[in-house]
Amino acid sequence: MLIIGELINGMYANIGKAIKERAKAEIQKCALEQIESGADALDINCGPASKQPLIDMPWLVESVQEVTDKPLCLDSSKPQVIEVGLEAARNKTIINSVTADPEKLDVIIPLAKKYNSQLIGITISKKGIPQNKDQRLELAAAIVASCAEKDFPVDNLFLDPIVLPVNVAQAQLKDILESIRDFKIISEPSPKTTLGLSNVSQGTNVRSLINRTFLTMAIAYGLDSAILDPKDKELMDALITAELILNKHIYCDSYLDAYKKK
Amino acid sequence: MALQLITEKWSGEVSVVTIGAANQEGGTRSHAVKIGGEKSLPYLFKEGSLPNKPQIAFEILDIMPSDWPNAVSAPYGKTLNDPLEWADKCVRDYQAGILCVRLLGSHPDFGNKSPEEEAQLIKKLLKKVSVPLVILGSGDDAKDNLVLPAISEAAKGERCLIGSAVQDNYKTIVASVLADGHNIIAESPIDINIAKQLNILISDMGLALERIVMNPTIGALGYGLEYAYSIMERSRLAALAGDKTMASPFICFVGQEAWRAKEAKADDLPDQGIIWETLTATALIQAGADLLVMRHPKAVEKVKEYIDNLFRS
Repeated sequence: MLIIGELINGMYANIGKAIKERAKAEIQKCALEQIESGADALDINCGPASKQPLIDMPWLVESVQEVTDKPLCLDSSKPQVIEVGLEAARNKTIINSVTADPEKLDVIIPLAKKYNSQLIGITISKKGIPQNKDQRLELAAAIVASCAEKDFPVDNLFLDPIVLPVNVAQAQLKDILESIRDFKIISEPSPKTTLGLSNVSQGTNVRSLINRTFLTMAIAYGLDSAILDPKDKELMDALITAELILNKHIYCDSYLDAYKKK
Repeated sequence: MALQLITEKWSGEVSVVTIGAANQEGGTRSHAVKIGGEKSLPYLFKEGSLPNKPQIAFEILDIMPSDWPNAVSAPYGKTLNDPLEWADKCVRDYQAGILCVRLLGSHPDFGNKSPEEEAQLIKKLLKKVSVPLVILGSGDDAKDNLVLPAISEAAKGERCLIGSAVQDNYKTIVASVLADGHNIIAESPIDINIAKQLNILISDMGLALERIVMNPTIGALGYGLEYAYSIMERSRLAALAGDKTMASPFICFVGQEAWRAKEAKADDLPDQGIIWETLTATALIQAGADLLVMRHPKAVEKVKEYIDNLFRS
């Protein structure tokens, strides 16, 4: 599955500071550590505190692609910030993200097409976060329909059902898991699925355990990708093992190491 | 509406292993042989490229074979007594492009030849013929650990394919092959999990995955062929899906298995063994075999024709 490392985010103190001080080496170290741990792509987010995201985003993109050719997941709710990131990128890109609102889809999907980027669509709209899986499916279908209308290939689309913290919306997590499977039947070819994993454990005191338990369950529901902390070794080991159990890799005694050689 | 082929897009490919080093590469071989490199399942040319044809190595022994049926030993006549003459006949009379020498005579039960004797033989053989060599021990682990380093050194720089490394005995041979610039055969007992594990163990010692050829162990027609086929198919699917630890080309010991079948040994049907060896080989080619080690010249000829036909379209 596509593992998107989440750690280059201005919301984290070390990265926020590095962005502010233009400490390129710090950003590059964070990129390489995540790749070393198994990340296939890297999320790039200036963070909420960034006063000049239009300058910070391209600087982050350039800093990271000096040390890797892995895809970059440009993370912002502002289309202008995403576009300056796309302009700066030589690596493959994933736009993170677009909501199900028509005015957002009308702007972001053409951007994704213009820059030949993949796209994450989140099942959320102006009306807020959906309260059940039917609402999620409806929003997902709206995103897929808009892609089809605009001739954007659906197999370049990832749908994110929006993970809520277990201590906030416990009753919704089962619906979220089922949405992962439901999204697959919206169209043929199917859209892919992804989720921002760490949100599930926000505010709890056993974050890693909750993250990895939820991830293994989501993988069983057919999850294609996740945005997560690849440096959490137990999380990565659980991910690899879940895929092993689903027969996605061939077992051998060193299967955990083998995954990293793949 | 025109019929549209549904093709699979693969992200991985089989690694290319080069056997033999010519002058400009520091060896003395007349040519090198490349195997592997497939980017699709066997012979789905529309799906991905298959840059290298399967190759056939003639198998020779360092001693007179004791269990070869008459039908397969007859073409070699008296040369079976002399590995150098035997090798020469394969190259001269049967146009062998690669030879596989099995040093069975070093086995404690079959003559117990010393590592020095075997090293001498390999040196002479390298002078006698100029084709690339596959060199096998006798299968006795303790003795192979003495013989294989000696022959590895004797053939240093010739980029041979040397085997076999097995899960319980790989360290000595990997170290030699690494030092002397050869490739290695990783042998597993029709077990995909062990095949993968062994490739990892070997690469952990520093030998690149691109220098490993897998011997998945095969059965002849009627003797487990379909089991070998399914293991090879599954390995290849993993390789094409991007698993580099499974992306080694296959070597298949076709002659050894086919001529063990009682049908091949039937005295009243002298051609049946040739048919057995040919059919075992062609089925394995369809499973993804890259290098076939064979015995009967007539079977080799038939299989070469089969390969040429496959690539003609």
